[in-house]
Amino acid sequence: MTTVLEPPALAPIPDKPKSPDTGGFLARPKSSKGFWSWVFTVDHKKLGIMYGATAFFFFLVGGSEALLIRLQLARPNGHILSANEYNQVFTMHGTTMVFLVIMPLSVGLANYMLPLQIGARDVAFPRMNSFSYWLFLSGGIFLYSSFVFGGAPNGGWFGYAPNTSITGYLPGRGTDFWIFGLLLTGIASTVGAANLVVTAFNMRAPGMSLLRMPIFSWMSLISQMLTLFAMPVITVALFLLMFDRNFGSNFFNPARGGDPVLWQHLFWLFGHPEVYILILPAMGLVSEIMPVFARKPLFGYPVMVFSGIAIGFMGWGVWVHHMFAVGLGPVAVSAFSVSTMFIAVPTGVKIFNWIGTLWGGSLRFDTPMLFAVGFIVMFTIGGLSGVTHALSPSDRQQTDTYYVVAHFHYVLFGGAIFGLFGALYYWWPKIFGRMLNERLGKVHFWLNFIGFNMAFGPMHILGLQGMPRRIYTYDSSLHLGFWNMVSTIGAFTIAVATLVFMYNMFVLSPKSPPAPADPWDGRTLEWSIPSPPPEYNFASTPVVHSLDDYWHRKYTEDEEGRLVRLPNYEAVRAASETNLAREGQHIHLPSPSYFPIVAAFGLLVAAYGMILGHSNGANYLVSVVGGLITIFGLYGWALEPSAAPEEEGDDGHGADGEPLLVGASAEALGAGSTAGLPAGDGGGGPAAGAEGDAS
Amino acid sequence: MTTTPEALADEHAIEAMRAEEQLIGAHEGHATNTGVSNEKLAMWAFLGSECLLFGGLISTYFLYRGRSLAGPTPKQIYDIPYTSISSFVLLMSSLTMVLALAAIQRGDQRRLRVWLVATAMLGTTFIGGQVYEFTSFIREGLTLKTNLFGSSFFVLTGFHGVHVTVGIIMLLSLAGLSSKGKLPQSKSEVVEIVGLYWHFVDIVWIVLFTIVYLIPSPHVPRPSVPPLQIR
Repeated sequence: MTTVLEPPALAPIPDKPKSPDTGGFLARPKSSKGFWSWVFTVDHKKLGIMYGATAFFFFLVGGSEALLIRLQLARPNGHILSANEYNQVFTMHGTTMVFLVIMPLSVGLANYMLPLQIGARDVAFPRMNSFSYWLFLSGGIFLYSSFVFGGAPNGGWFGYAPNTSITGYLPGRGTDFWIFGLLLTGIASTVGAANLVVTAFNMRAPGMSLLRMPIFSWMSLISQMLTLFAMPVITVALFLLMFDRNFGSNFFNPARGGDPVLWQHLFWLFGHPEVYILILPAMGLVSEIMPVFARKPLFGYPVMVFSGIAIGFMGWGVWVHHMFAVGLGPVAVSAFSVSTMFIAVPTGVKIFNWIGTLWGGSLRFDTPMLFAVGFIVMFTIGGLSGVTHALSPSDRQQTDTYYVVAHFHYVLFGGAIFGLFGALYYWWPKIFGRMLNERLGKVHFWLNFIGFNMAFGPMHILGLQGMPRRIYTYDSSLHLGFWNMVSTIGAFTIAVATLVFMYNMFVLSPKSPPAPADPWDGRTLEWSIPSPPPEYNFASTPVVHSLDDYWHRKYTEDEEGRLVRLPNYEAVRAASETNLAREGQHIHLPSPSYFPIVAAFGLLVAAYGMILGHSNGANYLVSVVGGLITIFGLYGWALEPSAAPEEEGDDGHGADGEPLLVGASAEALGAGSTAGLPAGDGGGGPAAGAEGDAS
Repeated sequence: MTTTPEALADEHAIEAMRAEEQLIGAHEGHATNTGVSNEKLAMWAFLGSECLLFGGLISTYFLYRGRSLAGPTPKQIYDIPYTSISSFVLLMSSLTMVLALAAIQRGDQRRLRVWLVATAMLGTTFIGGQVYEFTSFIREGLTLKTNLFGSSFFVLTGFHGVHVTVGIIMLLSLAGLSSKGKLPQSKSEVVEIVGLYWHFVDIVWIVLFTIVYLIPSPHVPRPSVPPLQIR
């Protein structure tokens, strides 16, 4: 690999697409900087950041709602909120945290990291990605606008019919906002899921077989598959509810023979896979962080992958454990009791594999690692209380008490949020090119950890003492005051921890020195490119030879299995800093577009039209206008080639599918490969040659 | 990884060859790992998702069969021969869809348009039949509000009708693109992908026709709330 090929004659790089505008209705957006470049972007990295920022904003909103709940319950006979306001706040807290925080935060990280981890230049459908984001944001805005238009949803995040379906029970438009808001975010998630699934299956770098795919990408893939198949189920439920409320159908009306249990089946047939949609990415994140900070490979990588797949499948067969108290009869309850206990097996396998990863490793307890270990401990506690729910007799006692609230906060906050926060610390330097302050990170972790256990640990006790969920106040004669006060103090400790985190992110991090490409001595491909990554991600498509490919470029093992640095360790890391396109190298990327946001906006208008139409004597004109805007957007989208100068434009797939390397400099490729591969690389040569051909 | 350096080097060489093959393969078709283009894979993913959508609606219909507290019942209202004919029309449209795909793969633009429009017309005939059926049911006193049968029947078949309509719009758009010369032979996969959707919608109708029309539903109304069991 010493022969350096002569670079081919290079086309001049147009710094901006010239927008020939063939076929599209509108000229292309041109700004490559500033506000508008973010609005019309199709870059998976920018969209990932937008997902993350929006989700964090909603985390603050949902967190504030949680603080209101805790203030109300801090003491007996609290009167900070009225009963109706309390119902709105807990409904919006649950809906926000599930649909507007954990899901988009996981999707945002997957959006950013999955293409980097599999060595791709973007996701499979960049414009669909932009559409998903804007539709998700529309759904969030739509849901929260209900506060202005006469009251937020107040039927719980589970929206049990007939409470929600008979308009007399919950007057006002709140439930309708809930229905259409969730339909919007549901479409967004489904489209996003299809996109990420195709990306993971189709866009992996040469040599990256499925069993060499980093574990976070794997868990995201499984989670997105679940999203793809679970969302239509709740869509059906929401449509039936919508017809009941707005058009007088009888699906959930017992007086006309309707069966309220149907709602529960449909909701939980979505709702239980949803639990795994929320937790699987976090499991992937922890599995990603631990090997790096233990300096050991992930223990039993294939088992981790297959246990994730097993969870994904079994997650469809346990939903009735949410309905043990409904009265479905002993056979159904026993069967689902057993299946629920079974699903603890692959989860337990994962926990033992994490312990196996830590065992004998040279551990570094940086903040990401603290959150990852915190995840395991908290998630194990939540998992164990989950097993007590699987035992149906015990569950009958616990149903609708604070014990359940304690359980799912241990898995969703102690689990999913801890994993996601750990990942933010882990990938922050990659995404923004700055480190987060380590000392403040530790303060954040410990405050969060203590506050979390203070807030949700006592709820186990409260639940066993019989405190029911969803009550807006309780009497002092019940003697529930002490633990409720402890819980409220814990909640405010979490709030302080979050302020520390924000100070770290928004004040300290921008001032810190630039982060290196590989600050943690990482194992996966995203560390082999500069921080923050250039727009095109990889100057040349990486060729993958093993699991944890980047690690094996830096390290090997001696005969006794000890870790040894390869002689070109420094060179590999230096090459990561300079994995940049050479002057004159033209990398063809998908161009920004107006149409996804137009299509998403149309659906938002249509949703408002449905609300307006109903209160307007069934005049759905606004919805029709919204639908037409969406159709206009979709047509413009379909007719516009995905990348501006359409050299390969005769084949829309190639263009949309894989941004092609048009004028790759063979020299850059050669240099990248020499630095990139360990000794004796037969690898770089032919591959680089082939890629030269491809251009 | 406990492999020796030699073995490692070997593996690298093999990998490089594979990678090279993959890249050269990329010239001819689609540079994807599965060999299926992104668009087609996404359509399959979408159709998988749609299965659950119709699955939920079909389950709802099935659950409520014979549980309406008031009439009219399916037996009183269905005109099976009429619906059989419109089902036949829809199934024939799958044949014309296949012929349209075959035409573009041969590069025969004129026949492509003929078969696309024919498919769309057959679909429109089906939708026209459905509109007529809906209006006659409403005239006979079955609406969304009448009973559980009305609610579940109109929502289930209505959802299918919307899917057929979307398919018709896509078919006519393809025919329009073809007449403008913007649908060359090299883009035949677009027709194939729309065809996948169209065949899926047809298959769903086979299931719906069987479940909704052909399987007779019990007409004894059951009490909706079973008596409480005290254990």
